[in-house]
Amino acid sequence: MKNGLRAFSLAARPARPVVVPPGDPRDRGGPAQPLLLVESLRKYFPVSGGVFNRRIGDVKAVDGISFAVFKGETLGVVGESGCGKSTLARLVVGLIPSNSGSVVFDGDPVGGSNGLTLRELRRNLQIVFQDSDASLNPRLPVEESIAYGPRVHGVTRAAAKQTAHDLLRRVGLRPDLFASRYPHELSGGQKQRVNIARALALSPRMLILDEAVSALDKSIEAQVLNLLRYLKSHFNLTYIFISHDLNVVHYIADRVMVMYLGQVVEIGPADAIYSEPKHPYTRALLDSRLAVDPIDRIEAAPLTGDPPNPITPPSGCRFRTRCAFAEDVCTAKAPALGGWRDPAAHLAACHMADRQSGHSRAGQTLPATERPLVSIEARLA
Amino acid sequence: MAQAMFSFAQSHEIDTPPPVAPRRGYWRTVQRRLRGDYVTLFFLSIILLLVLAAILAPLIAPFDPDKTSMLYRLKPIGYRHFLLGTDELGRDMLSRLIYGGRMSLMMGLVPVVLATCIGGFFGVVAGFLGGWVNMLIMRVTDIFYAFPSVLLAVAISGTMGGGVANGLLALTLVFIPSLCRVTEAATTQIRSRDFVDAARVSGASSLSIIFYHMLRNIMGPVLIYASSLISVSILLASGLSFLGLGVEPPTADWGLMLSTLRQSIYVQPLVCALPGAAIFIASLSFNLVSDGLRQAMDIKA
Repeated sequence: MKNGLRAFSLAARPARPVVVPPGDPRDRGGPAQPLLLVESLRKYFPVSGGVFNRRIGDVKAVDGISFAVFKGETLGVVGESGCGKSTLARLVVGLIPSNSGSVVFDGDPVGGSNGLTLRELRRNLQIVFQDSDASLNPRLPVEESIAYGPRVHGVTRAAAKQTAHDLLRRVGLRPDLFASRYPHELSGGQKQRVNIARALALSPRMLILDEAVSALDKSIEAQVLNLLRYLKSHFNLTYIFISHDLNVVHYIADRVMVMYLGQVVEIGPADAIYSEPKHPYTRALLDSRLAVDPIDRIEAAPLTGDPPNPITPPSGCRFRTRCAFAEDVCTAKAPALGGWRDPAAHLAACHMADRQSGHSRAGQTLPATERPLVSIEARLA
Repeated sequence: MAQAMFSFAQSHEIDTPPPVAPRRGYWRTVQRRLRGDYVTLFFLSIILLLVLAAILAPLIAPFDPDKTSMLYRLKPIGYRHFLLGTDELGRDMLSRLIYGGRMSLMMGLVPVVLATCIGGFFGVVAGFLGGWVNMLIMRVTDIFYAFPSVLLAVAISGTMGGGVANGLLALTLVFIPSLCRVTEAATTQIRSRDFVDAARVSGASSLSIIFYHMLRNIMGPVLIYASSLISVSILLASGLSFLGLGVEPPTADWGLMLSTLRQSIYVQPLVCALPGAAIFIASLSFNLVSDGLRQAMDIKA
């Protein structure tokens, strides 16, 4: 039985090398060039109030985020609610304008005089939202929702419909049964499959999956995850996979980026982050997962309280108000992440990870979480 | 054990079994639901009868609606060949009611249709663009909202003088702000949904998004609201002609008939009540059909 549970655990997966299949005609800079480079991206939402509805502050939703997504990989983005994951996704596809920062797609900067236009970027970069129902027009048959993108880009009605039917087949929905249905006639999982088909209709090179499986039942979630892995290899895709479910991210992601209050606190290969987190926030997130085995349970809550107000974040390290290892240096200066362009680097924005920071634990690994080894019989007694 | 649990892993290659329920479009579902709603169907047929009578008035009216007779003034219902009696100038009530329906239905429908187009346009613009455009349009509608609608209609047509055209214009102006509001609310609500963002990410222009994605979602609530205004419009128009501001005599119009017959209420109360009954039946029918439509169109996934 225990073996069965282990096998069912989403984290149990064979290691996969990141391979870029050669010969993609859309590829420009070669496998070493990141498909997406995001640098110092910033988005402040103004908060107004007071007598004359003046601007009294900013919600720093995304505050200076830099990362690279390499060709053929899946970058998982995790963090608690309100840390800016979804804002980041909407910024990258240009649904909301950023305050500053740059987005570079396969060597081409987006915007500017000689860069990619937003329309060109979106041909290559599509997004799937969490709410599978709200993402589909309730008054359109699903084939028309899928065919809409190609139609906008000048494909004929018949060809767009053909594309829609092919994609429906790819996502596991028989076109003869589902093509002319309306969204309210589909289940949540089927709707999300349609949304994935819609996102693929322009044959993009990259998909942003913004909590795309979070609202689905566990069994459906597993099906859609497997579908995503299949589509990735079939269409030569690169994913940014945003989720708050750490198990799912471990299953699907090659690299993981951890966000806290609009900033990146840790980034690195998935296995390295899951086995040996460097940032205390990542450790707390990992500890907050439910243990399958009662022996693995922990006594104290890994993290208490809410994240601080993003309008007036703490000085220095933003996590220090909830961190067990906070010292004076954490208040004085903000830790830097460092060389984020390296695809293999495991980096943490923490003074403990930096030998020269002056933190008393600088250069040491995080202490292991206490797991009281008490038998379940003793607990029940 | 483990293998059985992993059997779903290949599911994307397995075809889903055929569905039980036949597929049905939105409007077809609405149609099917309306077909089972006998109250709505009954009142819908009354409306159709009224419209038919208005269109075919010259063919079905037994007498000339404007032909007066000093001999047969204020005769009761069923007097000789006057099925519904005669009015204070001896004109046949049935013929006048049939012809009056033409005017009343027009006063009910035309302002609502015009206001739906104009108010709907401003509502969509305000809802879609948001920001200061929304602010400007919605504050202007607020100003119109501050006046009671009857007073506004009377004031407008009073300033511009009587007549059918001015009456229609006054009613249209009265309805524009409320239709603008309803459309703006519907647009704002739809605009915030993810499928609009998804369409935008597909590279669609704003116009394409409005015409392809938004209008078909906004149409339902706006049509329901507009249909509920038809009865209000008929009543307001009757009120205007009652005050001598809308239709001018001797044109047959329910409101005007009610107004001119009111002096004779003690002589022939039943005959005098007929135009009122016609107004009541017409507006009740439009209201109930509007309600039925609302229920039929309220389809939750």
